[in-house]
Amino acid sequence: MNPELAGKVYPPTEPYLVGREKIREFAHAVQATNPVHFDVAAANEAGYDDLVAPPTFTIVVQQRGLDQLLADESAGIELTRVVHGDQRFAFERPIVAGDELTVQFKVAGVRALGGNAMVTTEADIFDAAGEKVAASFATLVVGGDS
Amino acid sequence: MSFALSEGQVIAKYDAHFSRDSLVRYAGASGDFNAIHYRDDVAQQVGLPGVLAHGMLTMGTAIQPVVDFFGDPGRIVDYQVRFTRPVPVDTEAGADVHITATVAKDLGEGLWRIDLKVTLGEQTVLGKSQAIVRAA
Repeated sequence: MNPELAGKVYPPTEPYLVGREKIREFAHAVQATNPVHFDVAAANEAGYDDLVAPPTFTIVVQQRGLDQLLADESAGIELTRVVHGDQRFAFERPIVAGDELTVQFKVAGVRALGGNAMVTTEADIFDAAGEKVAASFATLVVGGDS
Repeated sequence: MSFALSEGQVIAKYDAHFSRDSLVRYAGASGDFNAIHYRDDVAQQVGLPGVLAHGMLTMGTAIQPVVDFFGDPGRIVDYQVRFTRPVPVDTEAGADVHITATVAKDLGEGLWRIDLKVTLGEQTVLGKSQAIVRAA
């Protein structure tokens, strides 16, 4: 794990178009039951333009940012040695179907802990109008060679 | 719609069952294809007892009883967890995770902190698991 990665900012990702079926699929996977995740009429009645994503769907979009870090050869991170340490989301509004979202991903810090590296990351998620939708803060524990 | 809440009030409980199928479903839905969530051999190679649930599956499921109580996912304005212990998912028995959501603090202006206790057997698997909810 390269300690000089701290502070690295990756370029904004290509837009992620949030689809209705993806929301339904994700909602089933996290055992969600609220009709606003499944039924467009119910979502409209609750005041939303389209199906509403479950709160942690944000990670799917954030993943596009994380993929940049994992693909970064200068980082030297092997996915099977990555454990999620903590996660926080700050929501400006829920993600809804039809949103086109881009991610600005940043490595906030890298510190050694035993044989592991603790990597703190920040991802800001913006809609097509450039308005911030959510921020995602994650700590990844990257295991050393064993 | 507003809610009558008081600190210490248990607002929801939910028992979630995860099978290996749940993990495959979550991998596909989320795009997280880390092999430690579906291959015992790969999990063991990196020193784990076997396949583990995605931390984000546990986090994503744990908030659902809160969403159900408040009736609108848009009321969740902040949500955080620490992944303190792994959730091993047995091929046959799966894993049963118990979730209890308790009102922790009135933050003012209609915002409340809801704490989640998430356990597997006697052990807590998510630490500092807190949501901030707009209740009014």
